[in-house]
Amino acid sequence: MINLALVGVGKMGMSHYAILSAHPEIEITAICDNATFLTSTFNKQTGVKVYKDHKKMFNECELNAVVISTPNSTHFEIANMALEKGIHVFVEKPLCLDPKESLQLSELAKKNKLVSQVGYHNRFIGTFQEMRRLIKAGAIGDIYHIEGKAYGQVVTKPKPGMTWRSKKSEGGGCLHDYACHVLDLMSFVSETPETVKSAQLQSIFSSDIEDAVYATLSYKSGATGYLEANWSDESVRKMSTTITVYGKNGKIITDRQEIRVYLKPKQTFESFEEGWTSRYITELQKPVNFYLRGEEYSAQLDQFIDAILGKDVDVDSSFVNAAETDIIIDEISKLGKA
Amino acid sequence: MTPQKILFGDNQFFGVNHMSEEKARSQSMKFRDTASIMRVLDDAYDAGIKVFMCTTYDRVGEIAGIVKNNPQRYPDFEFYPCMPYAHKYANSVGEVGIIKTLKNFSPSGVMNTLVRGAVSVVTEDISKMMQLLVDTEMKKFEGVKTPVIFLQNVVTDLLLGLKFYDMLGDYHKYIQDKFGAEAGFITMNLPLLLRVLNEQGIKNPIVCANINKIGFRMCGGIEEYKKVIAQGNSRVIAMSVLASGAIPPKEAIEWVCNIEGLDSIVFGASSAANINNTKSLIDELWNL
Repeated sequence: MINLALVGVGKMGMSHYAILSAHPEIEITAICDNATFLTSTFNKQTGVKVYKDHKKMFNECELNAVVISTPNSTHFEIANMALEKGIHVFVEKPLCLDPKESLQLSELAKKNKLVSQVGYHNRFIGTFQEMRRLIKAGAIGDIYHIEGKAYGQVVTKPKPGMTWRSKKSEGGGCLHDYACHVLDLMSFVSETPETVKSAQLQSIFSSDIEDAVYATLSYKSGATGYLEANWSDESVRKMSTTITVYGKNGKIITDRQEIRVYLKPKQTFESFEEGWTSRYITELQKPVNFYLRGEEYSAQLDQFIDAILGKDVDVDSSFVNAAETDIIIDEISKLGKA
Repeated sequence: MTPQKILFGDNQFFGVNHMSEEKARSQSMKFRDTASIMRVLDDAYDAGIKVFMCTTYDRVGEIAGIVKNNPQRYPDFEFYPCMPYAHKYANSVGEVGIIKTLKNFSPSGVMNTLVRGAVSVVTEDISKMMQLLVDTEMKKFEGVKTPVIFLQNVVTDLLLGLKFYDMLGDYHKYIQDKFGAEAGFITMNLPLLLRVLNEQGIKNPIVCANINKIGFRMCGGIEEYKKVIAQGNSRVIAMSVLASGAIPPKEAIEWVCNIEGLDSIVFGASSAANINNTKSLIDELWNL
């Protein structure tokens, strides 16, 4: 049994709570949130111990693991304290707003031999996993361009900010919410970009934060990259992310439902023939034991738990990977502002 | 009551397809206006499918209005509403937070009390809050028949995961007391849900879950599903029978119709030909 606590039981934290609570290896020991309305509801419904202050919780509870889903600007302090106490940490993305802090956490996790994971759940979607597999196996040859795009309708009119998500100082904005997912996926299917060549941050409806991000990237291999994220696009019902990778022998376009592979004439790979082939999530997604909002949310926590239990699982989205993403985000942020 | 054997679903009307964004987009263009949806519903109704199982998004209110105002055309038309329309709430939670969302969507002063800080009042009464949200969603269906009122899987499974089991029972009771209807529960975790509903003392519950030949989104696995359905102590409606088109229609329907103890099937289609084909296939296999 793993004794686990959650810090933050808002939108993401509540979803993690439900998935973890349904997991047979997890005992939810305590939760911590400053919204009394939430904590007292949890306490009344389930009897779970509740805290307002994570320091007090870490001191009083015997914990093996913690899941942190608090405003982005608070991740470092909470995760740092947990790692120092020898607690395995899962934290919502992005890891930290300052990449120096991300690196520090990643070092500390390594030093204390603790499992560290960041909530880049798209890595657990079957179509993107298949895309990575095909690219790593050389199905489309040498990669020369990687393109990642995400659209959604989060901010569609001017509005006074109500939560931390609309405040730059607390890590709000399209860059830390949407673009980091896209960057993470681009790195997952190919490699981490070396530098950011150019970047623009655009406020469409918001005042304090950007609603769209555009950036060009370059890779060690010589490949180029383009990133576009826009959360003010009402044409899509929910966040939709597409990654396109161009290789010398073909091209792959992937979203959460479908992977479309194009192979040049006379090129084949496994059962993929020349021209276009589509594969669908219905055949690619591995089943999970408990489903809430998508298999990927359960799969990422299953991996965190398996890693803690020593089932020989390297986590797909460790602090090391996430820190690399934070470095790129920081570069985009600096270039985009200039 | 017994849910009808064949129900008409609504995913095709508002751009949901689990397999392809492109297909979803072309569907959303086809069903831009309520009249185009109504034409398909007419085809289904005329084919003998009298139930429309639908999410409580805004346009459904217009459809309910048409049915209500044309009782001669639609004497047996029934709605099985599925609430809430989750994206509306999810987007709002991201934008304004959980508490403000509840406040925005609930009509009464209870949430104002909450926001002012009288926390105990509300935590005593989280079920009351759920009732207010249900009332708001049900306003769209005034004057039409709604014999079964479903909780969407995102809420059912959230409550299931959180172990807020009382609230599943409270919802069941409230639907009966307030609307004289039966509660239904949509889930992706059927074996777990049935066990919990049983523990909650809910007898012979109406449940709706993905049931398809490839086991897509059937947590616990096909064999476990078959086992709990065959026990016969629940009324089970199969959805996502075609797994968004991953299984050829005839093969998919034949497989699901052979499941022992299955009560009903909900499916969506956009053309009269597809509606009639699917309907007559089920009729034939189930001797309807």
